[in-house]
Amino acid sequence: MTTLDQVPPGLRCRIDAVDGPPALVQRLLELGLMDGEEVAVIARAPLGDPIEVEAALTRLSLRRAEAAHVHVTLPG
Amino acid sequence: MRIALNPQPGVLVITRTLTVALVGNPNTGKSTLFNALTGLRQHVANYPGVTVEMKKGTARAAGLDFQVVDLPGTYSLAPRSPDEMVSVDLLLGHVKGESRPDVVISIVDATNLERHLYLTTQLLDLGVPVIVAVNLIDLAARHQLQIDFPTLSKKLGVPVVPVQANRGLGVDDLAKAATAAAEAGTPPAPVPFPPAFRAEVDGLVESLGGRIEPYLAERLLLDVGGYTEKQLAHRFGPTLNTQVTAARSRLAGAGCAVPAIEARTRYGWIRQAVSGCLRRPAQRVVTWGDRLDRVFTHKVWGTLIFLALMFAVFQAIYVWATPLMELIDGGRGWLADGVRDAMSPGPLRNLLTDGILKGVGGVLVFLPQIMILFAVIAVLEDCGYMARAAFLMDKLMSKCGLNGKSFIPLLSSVACAVPGIMATRVIENRRDRLATILVAPLMSCSARLPLYMLLIGIFLSDPWWLPGVALFGMYLIGLVVAPLVALVLKRTLLRGETPVFVMEMPAFKVPQVRAVLRRMIGAGWAFVYRAGTLILASMVLIWACLYFPSRMPDGRSYDVVTAELGDDAKRLKEEADQATDAEVKKQKGEEAAAKEDELNTLYGEWKRQSVLGRAGRALEPAFRPLGWDWKIGMAALASFPAREVVVGTLGIIYNQGDVDPKEVARDEKVAESGLGRAIREEWSSDPETGKYRVPVALSLLVFFALCCQCASTLAVIRRETGSWAWPAFTFAYMTALAYVGAFITFQVGRFIVG
Repeated sequence: MTTLDQVPPGLRCRIDAVDGPPALVQRLLELGLMDGEEVAVIARAPLGDPIEVEAALTRLSLRRAEAAHVHVTLPG
Repeated sequence: MRIALNPQPGVLVITRTLTVALVGNPNTGKSTLFNALTGLRQHVANYPGVTVEMKKGTARAAGLDFQVVDLPGTYSLAPRSPDEMVSVDLLLGHVKGESRPDVVISIVDATNLERHLYLTTQLLDLGVPVIVAVNLIDLAARHQLQIDFPTLSKKLGVPVVPVQANRGLGVDDLAKAATAAAEAGTPPAPVPFPPAFRAEVDGLVESLGGRIEPYLAERLLLDVGGYTEKQLAHRFGPTLNTQVTAARSRLAGAGCAVPAIEARTRYGWIRQAVSGCLRRPAQRVVTWGDRLDRVFTHKVWGTLIFLALMFAVFQAIYVWATPLMELIDGGRGWLADGVRDAMSPGPLRNLLTDGILKGVGGVLVFLPQIMILFAVIAVLEDCGYMARAAFLMDKLMSKCGLNGKSFIPLLSSVACAVPGIMATRVIENRRDRLATILVAPLMSCSARLPLYMLLIGIFLSDPWWLPGVALFGMYLIGLVVAPLVALVLKRTLLRGETPVFVMEMPAFKVPQVRAVLRRMIGAGWAFVYRAGTLILASMVLIWACLYFPSRMPDGRSYDVVTAELGDDAKRLKEEADQATDAEVKKQKGEEAAAKEDELNTLYGEWKRQSVLGRAGRALEPAFRPLGWDWKIGMAALASFPAREVVVGTLGIIYNQGDVDPKEVARDEKVAESGLGRAIREEWSSDPETGKYRVPVALSLLVFFALCCQCASTLAVIRRETGSWAWPAFTFAYMTALAYVGAFITFQVGRFIVG
């Protein structure tokens, strides 16, 4: 188990849990980043932050501090 | 009151216009649909205390006019700020002077149905008729997604209409469905939350005496630290919060912990509704947009493309706008000459040429930059690049407490703060947007350049590398001070929890020419209409301060006498030009020059004894610590409405006539010009400025770099923030900063010179 900010670009993983400040949790849930969902890391910005992720057909930009609240499991 | 579609003859029907609200996520084509529905019959509505705008327009379907309100794009109706609360209030009919919408059109993206239907399910809970418009069906086809609309409609329990807003396809059907739904007036069934949750909502509504809608009770339970908590605690007293906290812990015990219960319930319900109506390809289709995204967010290529694009943006507003601005200025000059020829000298003529025409010209001259910048922004936003630009710059901007979306407004402000401040509309977070607006005027705009060139040309031209370094230093002041001020503001006045910067990266698409034109014209009109009048008023005010008193000590009018001298000089010059005899030519030329000297001296005398000149003299003690005499102080004072006039004012004060700043900025030998020589001589004659000429020049430069000498900027801040407090604050802090900066510069310089 790791967090989404640690996942290298190009990998797909499954969300286990989302925690953190209420406003962040609510926004992530609203956008469909909730437990059981699959999410892929697409890219990192040139300065290493934020990261671009894809869930369903939505592409999102997340700051790494925010992505650190998304707990994920890597496949295999 | 309901509209009778087929009133019987002789029966009196009370009718009112139906209101339709348009709600959807950002980047769904909501504005495009709004434009397709309403055409050009639209206007912008503002609400007190919030920065959001809503567009309103009239549409026609089945021979019936109805009003359409375009709500700001949002992912969810869980308000966390007054701005977000306006949408909820409007949908519940709580906004004063606005009737509750008769029907809500929920616009969703066909390529991402499940996520977009999340907002739809919140609308279902509002107790108002809802219809769903599924947009971007062409894109869905490209993704090989098949949607069974009739089944989807049955499962959702509301009408579903497929549309392609950019082509206007399905818009008529949608309008008809909207009027029919409004006519029927039956609200849809809300999403089935677990019974334990329902019971808590009902309990809350009951304990508040039924004075709030079930939807607000829902929000109160679900939004931890949300705006409903604050608003309702204010209305019903602080005991409400203990009640809510108790309810939340009961819900957690019952396996319905907030806020997760909302997403789980809604998405669960949506999944069930969508299953069987949506066929996806086995393998996700890789579109050209995906490939583009790979390049645009790439470490090397993405950065290079970004830099090239930003250079183009800057070039566009800095260079392309110039000929248009000169054209506007030329037109103003031509009109002023016409007025001057047609009228006899006096206050009225002077008010027209130097007050009103200068004021109107001063407003219109911003239009090219504003419209070009907004065209560029519209293209970047419409095609989806804006989010990528913000993605690339976010880390850098977050260091000073801002976010990636502040970059383009601040970059634009290097050309001119007016379009830059208007461009902050792309920043959703209110505090980040305010911080960006407040520091944008610190960026070194092009109006500061003439003074930089003049003073650097006179005092800092040796050795050869100094002018370049000095000019770079002037720009550096803004680039360093603006982020620092932003950081301070975000830690003090605009403090708050770090806003969530989860940003959607919308799919790339080809921008629409019509949408771009609409944005351009909209921005231009908004500026002229809202800020223009304020700018004009301030220009007329400063004109009056420089015009009056206009009586010479002998009772004649400065205005009339200078006008006569000007005519004489012009006539003599023409005679000299026409003269064939060399002797006569020389004599006439000398006479013309003498007349011009006399004119410039008298003109300077007039302005020095004007209200503004007297103010400059009265304030001299305040200017002394900066190393300035009263003449420099007066020039700085006269520049408060528009800093570019400083060069012209210096010309007038030093008896050189009204010098054109554009020529000064272009003149490579500015130190040898009449004004350059006059400044050097004047400053040398004063015992204080004479000794410390370079520190004085530097202190004046620093003052102009940091001071908010621009009525247009303040007027635009007023317009964008909807309050006088922010422009007043900007003016106060920048003036203080400029004074302190100039003071330190001069005192340190004096110490070094010795």
